[in-house]
Amino acid sequence: MADLESSLLQALNVQEVIADSGELAKNLGVEHIVLVGTIRSLQASEMVLAEDIDHFRYVLTEEAQGYLTAGSPEAQVFNSVPAGEGIAMTDLKAKVPGEAGDVGFKQAMQQRWLALDKSGSGEPRVVRKVDSIEDRTQQLLADVASGREIPKTEADNLAKKRKLIRPEQWKTYKLTKGPKFALERKKPATDLTFEMLAKNAWRNLEFKEYNFNALGAPPAGGQLHPLLKVRSQFRKIFTQMGFEEMPTNQYVESSFWNFDALFQPQQHPARDAHDTFFLNKPATTPSARGVDPDYLQRVKSVHEVGGYGSAGYGYSWKLAESEKNLLRTHTTAVSSRMLHRLANQPGEFKPAKYFSIDRVFRNEQVDRTHLAEFHQVEGLVCDRGLTLGDLIGVLNQFFSRLGLKKLRFKPAFNPYTEPSMEIFSYSEQLGKWMEVGNSGMFRPEMLRPMGLPEDVNVIAWGLSLERPTMILYGIDNIRDLFGHKVSLAMVKKNPICRLGL
Amino acid sequence: MPTVGVNRDKLFEKLGKAYTDEEFDQLCFEYGIELDDVTSEKEMLRKELASTVAKGADSKLAAEAAAASEEVIYKIDIPANRYDMLCVEGIARALNIFRGTQAAPQYRLADMATGKQPLQMVVKPETALVRPFVVCAVLRGVQFDAARYNSFIDLQDKLHQNLCRQRTLVAIGTHDLSTIQGPFTYEALPPEEIKFIPLKQTREFNAKELMQYYLDNDQKLKKFVPIIQSSVVYPVLYDANRVVLSLPPIINGAHSALAFGSFPASCSPSFHTPHSPSTHMITLDTRDVFIECTATDLTKAKIVLNTVVTMFAEYASTPFEVEPVEVVDVLGNKTLYPDLSYRSLTLTTDYVNSLLGLQLPGEEIVKLLTKMQVAAELGDGKELTVRVPPTRSDILHACDVAEDVAIAHGYNNIPKRIPPTATQGRELPLNQLTELLRAEVAMAGFTEVLTWALVSRAENFENMRRPDDGCTAVEIGNPATAEFEVCRSSLLSSALKTLAANKDNALPIKLFEVSDAIMLDESRSVGARNERRLVAVYCAKESGFEIIHGLLNRVMDVLGVPYKEDPVSAGAPVTYHWSPSADPALFPGRQAAIFTGKDAQVGVFGIVHPEVLAAFDVPYPVSALELNLEPFVFNQFYESLLEPLSVVPAAAQAMKVLCDHQRPLKT
Repeated sequence: MADLESSLLQALNVQEVIADSGELAKNLGVEHIVLVGTIRSLQASEMVLAEDIDHFRYVLTEEAQGYLTAGSPEAQVFNSVPAGEGIAMTDLKAKVPGEAGDVGFKQAMQQRWLALDKSGSGEPRVVRKVDSIEDRTQQLLADVASGREIPKTEADNLAKKRKLIRPEQWKTYKLTKGPKFALERKKPATDLTFEMLAKNAWRNLEFKEYNFNALGAPPAGGQLHPLLKVRSQFRKIFTQMGFEEMPTNQYVESSFWNFDALFQPQQHPARDAHDTFFLNKPATTPSARGVDPDYLQRVKSVHEVGGYGSAGYGYSWKLAESEKNLLRTHTTAVSSRMLHRLANQPGEFKPAKYFSIDRVFRNEQVDRTHLAEFHQVEGLVCDRGLTLGDLIGVLNQFFSRLGLKKLRFKPAFNPYTEPSMEIFSYSEQLGKWMEVGNSGMFRPEMLRPMGLPEDVNVIAWGLSLERPTMILYGIDNIRDLFGHKVSLAMVKKNPICRLGL
Repeated sequence: MPTVGVNRDKLFEKLGKAYTDEEFDQLCFEYGIELDDVTSEKEMLRKELASTVAKGADSKLAAEAAAASEEVIYKIDIPANRYDMLCVEGIARALNIFRGTQAAPQYRLADMATGKQPLQMVVKPETALVRPFVVCAVLRGVQFDAARYNSFIDLQDKLHQNLCRQRTLVAIGTHDLSTIQGPFTYEALPPEEIKFIPLKQTREFNAKELMQYYLDNDQKLKKFVPIIQSSVVYPVLYDANRVVLSLPPIINGAHSALAFGSFPASCSPSFHTPHSPSTHMITLDTRDVFIECTATDLTKAKIVLNTVVTMFAEYASTPFEVEPVEVVDVLGNKTLYPDLSYRSLTLTTDYVNSLLGLQLPGEEIVKLLTKMQVAAELGDGKELTVRVPPTRSDILHACDVAEDVAIAHGYNNIPKRIPPTATQGRELPLNQLTELLRAEVAMAGFTEVLTWALVSRAENFENMRRPDDGCTAVEIGNPATAEFEVCRSSLLSSALKTLAANKDNALPIKLFEVSDAIMLDESRSVGARNERRLVAVYCAKESGFEIIHGLLNRVMDVLGVPYKEDPVSAGAPVTYHWSPSADPALFPGRQAAIFTGKDAQVGVFGIVHPEVLAAFDVPYPVSALELNLEPFVFNQFYESLLEPLSVVPAAAQAMKVLCDHQRPLKT
């Protein structure tokens, strides 16, 4: 290649102009196409200027090559027909077989060189109509082969109808010296290197143009998972609002803390096996292990006959049902433990604000919007004299930190809160109200048996972490977010979470 | 949350006003119910048809869909404790009273003083063995038309599904009183001795063969058979002439069925889920209806009976009047049912105002409660006496009354206040350390994943080549799918699953997760504990063992825990080291156990065993690290900051110990 480039540059240097690169290729003994690569490269470096020369010619098709010497099919057929009595059709086909025979016969008939004689008995015979012929087709093919021009109508006929010749176009170039003409090419540098700096060579170097239309190389560092980025921001918002994180690192829970302590009756549908994962191992939590017997008695009694101003549910409460272990269905199981702990700490009652973000489990079929486990975000405030107005206030504070500034509340039902409110937020993007969480004030039937003073109320709210994350990051299948089928490309590309900024 | 489908025009007729969908939605929002869907019978059948077409065309369904009504149906979500709103009568009544267009009706028992004896239901002792309670009532002169009748059936159906817990707790039977004669008996007999023609059948069955018949032939009824099938005696109700009223909780007798000649045959009465009601045949028909509820839970039976009678007494000859039935229990005690007494609850206006953060005058509270069907009277000063109607079984406590005040006042009219509670924000140290470490591992070039705690048993043990000793993993008793049999006791299997699901990614793939493994642990009161762990995997054409080893060193550097052999470790309260190990999940000779303190193992790292890779369908070599982080949850004074939620009381003492080098860090 380098030799070819150098030969071209030498030739151009001597001749100043190379009229046709085709000639040059012939002189250098290479295919023109090989020379074109060199010309393009030199042109890009502005060392030569190239001007297009368009060429056109006909060449013989493969079929026609054979007719150059053997004669055109029609001539071959004519020559096979003896003068006089002619020849039987089948014999003629044997003499000029195949396509050439068929085409030749048709052409010879059209030219009126031959005729069919049906006068005799038996098979018709092919006989000559003229004594001799001139093989015009062969002559034309010979002209094309030797590069001579042929009349247009005949060229069209040979090219389009008989497919004996085909057109061929190609380019060659007229070459002149370019602005950066030199006998030898300087290779431009692609990057600035240590050596260039050391030798101060960068001053005399030409640098290749950088392709600014591509992305850069991705950094080698790792990335954090989007759901957990959102979790981090929620944690910041809570702690900034003065909330203390609850120890939720315990997935296994007893029905007592998950349901009974929350005044959720034992026949409640949520306690059905098709909603809750019950455990074979460890199957139960014997109440003797950690539940104060007096408290246990108070819980049983408030379910059965009420108390603390409540009518109770009026059913027979079963200890065994409360001892059944499960995977917690909500982090409120932890809240109930924490509130009981708060109620029973030594000294006077101290107010508390708690939060948690952790996994909860539901015995559900997995689909685009449901998983058997998801993250629950929960916040609660426990203090004397709290009101529903406080709940509305703290919810406005919390959700405005998430960018949801327009809230409204709908009455709802929850076994352990009263009043209960569903939280709706107006989405400017969607132009409609969307449910964003649930809230309420814990029932006295839950709080009083724990021993919390009568004027102490607890306001609480909860939401899932997955839903806001899916909206924020435009994910419509929850399995793309949480679980082993996660898309790593999604994890790598997702932006920082701006909630709480 | 139950969803009730009601005919929109019928509902609007009862409300005396036609709403737009938006207006009605707004009304629902204020009251705390939800307009879930606007559809029609035709639409619903069309959807059903579309879903069955995939399984093979159903020409019968197609014909039904073509003929079905196009009248608009509102699907309304009702809160789970408002049983009185499970039918169009109850929804319209509640909304009418809420809007002030109707006064709350006074539900009352028919006066029996004028010498008229109530009907009797005598309970036999054997019922205690299977279904001990029964309560009854009579509605006289109920004017039915097709729509009312269908609503009557639908209400029973909704109650059976919800409060009755699929008939296990309570089952309702309704009968044409003109076909039967009191006194009635509630008995429990061996199934072979109970013989009758059940509803929708033409021949007599004994109860034993009937159960088998339903198991074999009836998709709807067969699910109720197990409620009584194994009992030695079955509950049964007879009239004075030994006519079987019903075999609860399964089926009524054919004899006493509430039959209406001109109604479509598909609308047969209770113990039966009706087909789509058809409303084109309107024929008025008046009936005396006998209602019985048998139960294992008396409180719920009373609520169910009250709900049925208070809703449909609307159509009785004397509206809202119910004729009582005397139930004679085993001891001969007589009780009149239904119990339509208004429960009295005393509270103060201060309580209501202080709970809601309002300053409403007493008169205003009384007015608001009227909108919620609760009559209230102001006593001396701030005392408030409310009468809870039999329809409002959801009101258990004064806080329920306060909520009703809030709803009637409008949740969105309550002024907000920021709680004055002053507390200090605090992160759980375990979680704070997790946050710090996650960032460090990502900085080290690993990408974070988040995987499920629930795995199959094979994924946790067999695929990992780790034996299941039966005392490691938490086992789920009732998984909905085989995917979720145990809680993972190691995070590595989840990381390998993630690699398998992402094997098309450019190599090397470097992943990590900081999550909890769950293991059985007798020292915790619940018998199990979570353990916070770091798992990291490196997956490439070569194992990358030294890269994972390097990550361990880096993690320990950032945790401030020096390598035991490092000169700087002299005097360090906590150190770590490693030595060759024999974890069956890892490749022999290319693995090591990680220790802290003297000899407490806290983790393992190595090349994953090729058989494990094959089991998880990972084609490339993988190196892995799994490390328990809990021994490293300490402050700058090396004091452990672990705060377990539940410990067995005796063990509680041992947790608050300094985690210095004197004490091996037990995992």
